[in-house]
Amino acid sequence: MPELKMAEAPAVKPAAAPVLAVQDLQAWYGESHILHGINFHVNAGEVVTLLGRNGAGKTTTLKSVMGIIGKRSGSIRFENQDIIRASSDRIARMGIAFCPEERGIFASLDVRENLLLPPTVRPGGLSLDQIFDLFPNLKERLTSQGTKLSGGEQQMLAIARILRTGARFLMLDEPTEGLAPVIIQQIGHTIARLKSEGFTILLVEQNFRFASTVADRYYIVEHGKVIDGFANSELSANMDKLHTYLGV
Amino acid sequence: MQALYAQLLVGLINGSFYALLSLGLAVIFGMLNIINFAHGALYMMGAFCAYFLLNIAGINYWWALLIAPIVVGIFGMILERTMLQWLSGLDHVYGLLLTFGIALIIQGVFQNYFGSSGLPYQIPDALRGGMNLGFMFLPIYRGWVVVFSLVICLATWFLIEKTQLGAYLRAATENPTLVRAFGINVPRMITLTYGLGVGLAALAGVLSAPINQVRPLMGADLIIVVFAVVVIGGMGSIMGSIITGFALGVIEGLTKYFYPEASNTVVFVLMVLVLLVKPTGLTGRAA
Repeated sequence: MPELKMAEAPAVKPAAAPVLAVQDLQAWYGESHILHGINFHVNAGEVVTLLGRNGAGKTTTLKSVMGIIGKRSGSIRFENQDIIRASSDRIARMGIAFCPEERGIFASLDVRENLLLPPTVRPGGLSLDQIFDLFPNLKERLTSQGTKLSGGEQQMLAIARILRTGARFLMLDEPTEGLAPVIIQQIGHTIARLKSEGFTILLVEQNFRFASTVADRYYIVEHGKVIDGFANSELSANMDKLHTYLGV
Repeated sequence: MQALYAQLLVGLINGSFYALLSLGLAVIFGMLNIINFAHGALYMMGAFCAYFLLNIAGINYWWALLIAPIVVGIFGMILERTMLQWLSGLDHVYGLLLTFGIALIIQGVFQNYFGSSGLPYQIPDALRGGMNLGFMFLPIYRGWVVVFSLVICLATWFLIEKTQLGAYLRAATENPTLVRAFGINVPRMITLTYGLGVGLAALAGVLSAPINQVRPLMGADLIIVVFAVVVIGGMGSIMGSIITGFALGVIEGLTKYFYPEASNTVVFVLMVLVLLVKPTGLTGRAA
């Protein structure tokens, strides 16, 4: 595969400050209190994975960062700006891109329209050619209706379209869910490739075997709180704990 | 035969108005999830706007075709910002009641000042007279209304189905939250969409002014049939609204020729049949 070239490297990073810092994040769906004080951070160039059981609050955490949960409190700082009060369109334009669990492929748009939908928020996004290098399948399906693609192709489309925007901070919600092993492998390669290109990635996964192939650090989410965290190098030492947390 | 062609032409003209109005209703319903009962009143405002422009400011028909939709569109956007936006996420009934109330207020205000009789609006000089087509006499203005409406309908279809802006609109109709999370200002798009739908109604009002006169209740009479057209066509498709609008106008015209007694009810009979067989409408998608 040809080398991916970014038109512009990420701007000068503050050495100490993390790209994303979340402190005491609380969130509500209507009356129900879902997040009870989430604390974590993501440094530039890292792949950080939120692990936890179904309903622990992982997806709600991503949605809170994206600004699509109605009621939230605490502090979410992205590149040293507090975004807890910002609208989701503003957050997106600051350079955060979100790939939802349900993938969100639009049925009334064809593949090309789906791919071109998210507007460019910063210079330096991947070109269409670079995207087709990563996901050759998409090139052949450009005129198909978005939802006519297979599950794996839809997942690739969902990731591909946020790579075009120039956002350098990606949030991927269970990108491997329900996919065949060979597709999971391809998505793993893609994430590794993006990381080597300097993207910062916040991943939500149930499948920690997959996560362990790409992640630098882990946080464990349970009952709306971050209850533990460790680096990938400490994974084997934490295996027993992890099995208890995840109930596997 | 002359009479048949004449009724067909009347049908096509009514169909033009049905198409322009149901197109706007479908676009508004898609984005705002609101059944816009104020549509008829805004159509009437378009006609009055043309009337005021001509009689107060001396601005002619051609400029009115441009200015009236913009003025009424801005009025609609103010309605959306100040009132309709607060109804998002609520049951359809709220939007229906609010827009119906708005329609009654607008019509009441105009009736208060202008009564119920029609004000004349002259056909512009360039479109006066007629052409003998051999098999029938075609008043030029009526031919113009049909052709111009068709062009506007197809342009709207192109805008929504074939452009990037239209892709935003279709995507936001499906999943506004996600489209917003991609960095698109969806609330502003909703306001503009309402302005577009309402502007189409006002444009239909201007086109109608020389044919039907300018009356405060001109929209109230028409909108009932337009809602039947929308029910028959279904809310799902832009092209569906256009085709159903023209087709039902023609069917109405044909009924006027073959069985005049049924001409006012044929659309509603069709509506009942469609509801029985395919409740989502001919081109509609299941909700």
